[in-house]
Parts: sequence; C-alpha cells; structure tokens
Amino acid sequence: MIDIVLFAAFPYMAVLVAVLVGVYRYFNDRFSYSSFSSQFLENRALFWGSVSWHYAVIVILLAHVLALVFSGGWATLIAAPVRLYTLEVIGLALSASALLGLVLLILRRLLNARIFTVTSTMDWVLLAALLAQVVLGLWTALFYRWGSDWSLATVAPWLVSLAKLSPQTELVASLPWVVKLHMLGGFAIIALFPFTRLVHLVTFPITYLWRPYQVVVWNWRKKQT
Amino acid sequence: MNVRAQVSMVFHLDKCIGCHTCSIACKNIWTDRKGTEYMWWNNVETKPGTGYPTRWEDQEKYRGGWEMDPKKQGLKLKLQGRLGALGNIFHNPYLPSMDDYYEPWTYDYEHLFNAPEGDDQPTARAISMITGRHMDNIEAGPNWDDDLGGSPVYADSDPNLAALTPDERSQLNEIERVVFFYLPRICNHCLNPGCVAACPAGAPYKRGEDGLVLLNQEKCRGWRMCISGCPYKKTYFNWTTGKSEKCILCYPRLESGQPPACFHACVGRIRYLGVLLYDADRIEEVARAADRDLVDAQRGIILDPFDPKVIAAARAGGISDDMVVSAQRSPVYKFVKLWKLALPLHPEFRTLPMLFYVPPMLPVLAKLKDGLYEVDGADSEGLTPLLTSLKQARLPLRYMASLFSAGNEEVVEAVYRKLIAVRLHMRSQRVKDVPEVEAHRALAQGGITPEEAEAVFRLTSLPTFDERFVVPPMAREMAIEPTENPLARKQAAGFGFRRAAKRRW
Repeated sequence: MIDIVLFAAFPYMAVLVAVLVGVYRYFNDRFSYSSFSSQFLENRALFWGSVSWHYAVIVILLAHVLALVFSGGWATLIAAPVRLYTLEVIGLALSASALLGLVLLILRRLLNARIFTVTSTMDWVLLAALLAQVVLGLWTALFYRWGSDWSLATVAPWLVSLAKLSPQTELVASLPWVVKLHMLGGFAIIALFPFTRLVHLVTFPITYLWRPYQVVVWNWRKKQT
Repeated sequence: MNVRAQVSMVFHLDKCIGCHTCSIACKNIWTDRKGTEYMWWNNVETKPGTGYPTRWEDQEKYRGGWEMDPKKQGLKLKLQGRLGALGNIFHNPYLPSMDDYYEPWTYDYEHLFNAPEGDDQPTARAISMITGRHMDNIEAGPNWDDDLGGSPVYADSDPNLAALTPDERSQLNEIERVVFFYLPRICNHCLNPGCVAACPAGAPYKRGEDGLVLLNQEKCRGWRMCISGCPYKKTYFNWTTGKSEKCILCYPRLESGQPPACFHACVGRIRYLGVLLYDADRIEEVARAADRDLVDAQRGIILDPFDPKVIAAARAGGISDDMVVSAQRSPVYKFVKLWKLALPLHPEFRTLPMLFYVPPMLPVLAKLKDGLYEVDGADSEGLTPLLTSLKQARLPLRYMASLFSAGNEEVVEAVYRKLIAVRLHMRSQRVKDVPEVEAHRALAQGGITPEEAEAVFRLTSLPTFDERFVVPPMAREMAIEPTENPLARKQAAGFGFRRAAKRRW
C-alpha cells in the first residue's frame, strides 16, 4: 500500500501540481517567472557556484532522461565495461561538481549579507531539497555501484509504466531506501517547481538563437488585427 | 523608404548648470521604490570624469554596444554572439555589479532621538538600504565625482582622455587650469539598441509608434544581458524584483501631452524634445558606417518632414498627419539636421542614439603659449580669441571628438565654428562691439547665414515652453489610441486590481 502511495500516487500528484500550478502562475503572475539572478549583488562566488552547478546538473539530468528514453541504446552503450566505467567516472565527476557548486551557492546565500536579504523562504526550501537530492544521488552512485546498469531493469521500466498510466510499483519495491529516496526526491522537486524560482527552467530563451536582434512592437496595429 | 517616427531629444550643454534637478524629478517619480534606490535613469555627470557607473564608457570592461566584425563585414554585439549569450546565461562575465554603481544607504535618524543619555552627541550612522546593516565606509554614491574636474582620482580616469597627449592630460589637473562641464544622460532610445539585441528573452522592445525603447516586465526573466548590451549603461537591474528597468521617457506624461519630468523640471532649460522621421530600412547601413562617417550617416538617416515624398511615405507607413506636422515643428530636427549643431553621444557604439548634444563652448578662453594654455591675460585680447580659440580650447577638441563624433575632429570643429559665428553675429547686432568684418568672417567660417544665426540664437536663448517641447499629438481624449483599441476596451474599464511588483513565490 505504502508503495502505491509513494511510487504511483505521489509521482502523479507531483506532475499534476507542477503542470497546473505552473500554468496558473504563468497566466496569473507572469511577472514572477524569473531566474531572480543575484549576480548584480555578488559576482565572484556566483561564478564558481552557478557555473559548476548548472552545467553539471544539466548534463546529469540529460543523462537520466537519455537512459530512460533510449534505454535500449543506453544498454548497448554500457555493455562494454570500459564504456561503463568511463560513463560512471564522468557521472561522478559531474555530481561532485554539482555538489560543490550547490554548497558554494548555499554558503554564499548564508554568508553574504546582500544575498541573504534577497533570499526567500522558498529559496531555502528549494536549496535544501536540491542538496538532499544531489547527496542521495551521489550516495547511490558510490555505494550502489553501476546504477546506469541496474536502473535499466528497475527504475526505467517503472517510470515508463508511470508514463503509460499503469504503474508497476513492484519494479522498484525492493530497491534500497537511499535509492528510493532519490527517486522520491526527484518528484518532490517536480512538485516544488511551480512554487519556486525553478520556473526559470522552462523559460530558457532558446528562441534567442533565431529571433531577429531588434524587436519592434506596434501596439496599435497589433490591436487592430 | 520605411518611414518611422522617433521621439528624440537635444540637450544644450552650454546651458547646463549641473543642478541635478532633472535627476531628482525622475527619481521622485520612478525610482524611489525598493530595489531601485541606486538607479538614476537620469543622471548628470561631470566631464572629464568617470561617470556612473564608474567608467561606463570603457567597453573593454563592460562590452556594451556593437562593433564591426572584420571577418563578416557585419555588425556584431561587442558582448557576445547568440550561442555565447546562452552559454553565459548562468554567469554574465561582463555584468557590472552593484559596487560599480554604489550601495544605496540612508541614515539612522531615529538614533538622534532615541539615544540614551551619554557623554557624546549621538550620531546618525549610515545604514545600507540593501542589508540594513551599518555602513562605516561609504566609498561611492550618487554624483560621487560631481564637480571633481581636475581630480587625479576621478577626472583623470575618464576613458575619453586616452585621446589626449600626456602634456594635455597633466595640464587638465593643474590648478587654475582645471576645466569641466556637465553631461546629463538619460536613455538614448536608440534606433539600433544594444539592450534589445542582447536580451535572450526579448523583453526590451522599441515601440513602433514613437520609437521609445521600453522593457516588458512580464517578459523579463532576469538573464541580465541587456545591462551589458547597453553601452550607455542605461538599463538597470532591480535587485528585489530580479528584473531590469530603464528610462521610459515618461511615456504616461508624453501620452497626455506633457514633456518628460526631467525635461519639464530642467532649470537651465537645456532640453528640447520633438519627433524625427527616419528611414528604418537604412538603420543597419548607418550602423556599419566607418567611424569618421558615423555622425554624417546618422544625420543622413533623418528625413526631411517637409519633403512631399517623405510625407507620402510616412502616410503609407501608417504615421498620422498630426505626427508629420509635429515632426515639422520639431526643435530636434532643427538642431540635429538643419543646423547640424547637435551630436550623438559616442556614436562609435553604433546603437544610433537619438539623444543629441550641443557641445559646450569651452568654459574659459586661454592663450596658447609654447603649446600650453595661458590663463593670465587671456581676456586682454578681448573677443578676438573667439575666432581663433578652437586650437586654444581649454578642453582639447580631441576630447570633444572622443565624446561626440567617434574621434572625427572636423565634425566637432564645424559645430564650434557655427556656435562661435552665432555668438559673434549676435554680439555685433546687440552689443555692437564686434567689428562687422569679424562677424562676417565668423559667419563665413561657420557656414551659416545671419538669418540662421538669429534662429539658432532664438531657439537657444529665448524659446518658449512649446518651442522646446513639441510633444507628438496624443490628445488626452485620444491618449489611449496609440496603444489600445478603444473599441476593444469599451465596457472593460472600471474597478481594476493592481499588484505590487514584488516577489510572491
């Protein structure tokens, strides 16, 4: 029963909250969709924290998604031990970079008076959640080795079953609790997403690559048509 | 020809007394909110000086504006390319930090009343308006280098001084030879704005109807590239809302027929406002001109509002007849295009700024002796130096050229010749102590007719309110029309709700 709640009900709820609240917030308080950058108030620690956090976590997230979506290809990729080791070492290095970056960002918010004043309660909640999630992930990688391999038979099919709306919680029922917490943490962060500054993630301005440099807005003409 | 209207400005620097009334008018209306305390959408700088933020003209540091890409023969943002913008989004390496402006503060006035009895007088200590903590060392503030011409710390760090010889530079610091003037600055509402181009989210935009550069607060995501992209550092980061803000040229006032607050408040009446018509198809061509041709190219893009062809094209482009009439009455058109007296600030940033400056007649005349300026006895030569004084100018022409013509001294010299001609002509008319021959010679040198000189004099010295500010027609009863379709809004107005611009999530 508890498995159904944690690994079927909770994920659906998290995604539902993320989508509904996210959409509500976008249409009712678009002003709040922002990265709330604090670089203006503090520049140097942000460089080391933000760059090592963002780049590492983006690559790690992409690897998670790739392993899930193309699990067949992923299995072939890690079939040779050399490739598996290389991948895991890269993963470990990136997790370390993400962890260091995040710790730096948290310290910066705690210790720099300027940054402390612009930190909201939800910022602290989010930072704590992210820190826990990264630590759990790193823990899994270190003490439950070759996650990129065993997760293909457990976590990946479970997530696919969730996507197919026929959750098979038994797939992950026997995993160690650290791994389980990492999985739950992921969905907890998805649930947190619409309530925090994490919404800046969906506003990543990819359109900048092709939009014309100059933007001219004709209010009157736009209204006419 | 793609005719567009642009609300443009002229600041006549000879009349600026550096009183900062403009800055205060602006501050009291727009930037007295939390997060904006440090912002001065309008500020007045002392030149030579480092300005605000410190050394904003140094684009090696701030990387604002555009530059020519020698490889592609095209324009590129000095900041970064499109991929670079996305790559630097987690940390913009060229973003000025609050310390490049100053940390805003107030004083603990309450302590003066509440202090317990003691041996010493209580003091009001400075308190940071960001952290609320005491600030013991205030190292910068608004107008921090105000009037500090000649200062080896501030004036000497002016990036424009790079154009001068070491002799000329050291001279500027000598007592009795110190010289400075004021440079009021607001957003230039450029034709090729760097802030708009640099923003990954597309939040800043140019309003088609009147050319104002505005910043959509709902679209801004705090990527902060606009702050770097603007070479004039006239977009600012609100540290509480996490959004950028900038001068809006008081568009709510413009729409109700009033000039912007800083214009209205100006004590020296140095400011002029009016519409220019320009050819939007030629923006890129002008922005790509060679450095020395930039001023002429920018004059060239401005169209003659009396030309029937231009009027027809304007009508075809959806510009109202009233707007064209307004452009015909524009004092800016006269100063910039007709008389060629007003120059853009730092045209080499290639954003095509639409705020123009009439450079100041240099404050004090001097004799040139052995290549150095002699102050003593300069007045004994009467007015003669006015005719020849350009080479004796206390602030070398090269300095002015570095500010107003991308280094082209001929452009600046032509402006000064004209200004001198106006002075001598009017003096010969009124005080009658300038021989007619000299006045004629000055007029010939300045390439200006007596009638033109009179007109320049009138608009410089005796303009009425309505001559200075020709606000394009947005009659009060029709004020909504340029931005809203009144029929679409019918039955929609009434009690509404406004939310404070602050973090709620």
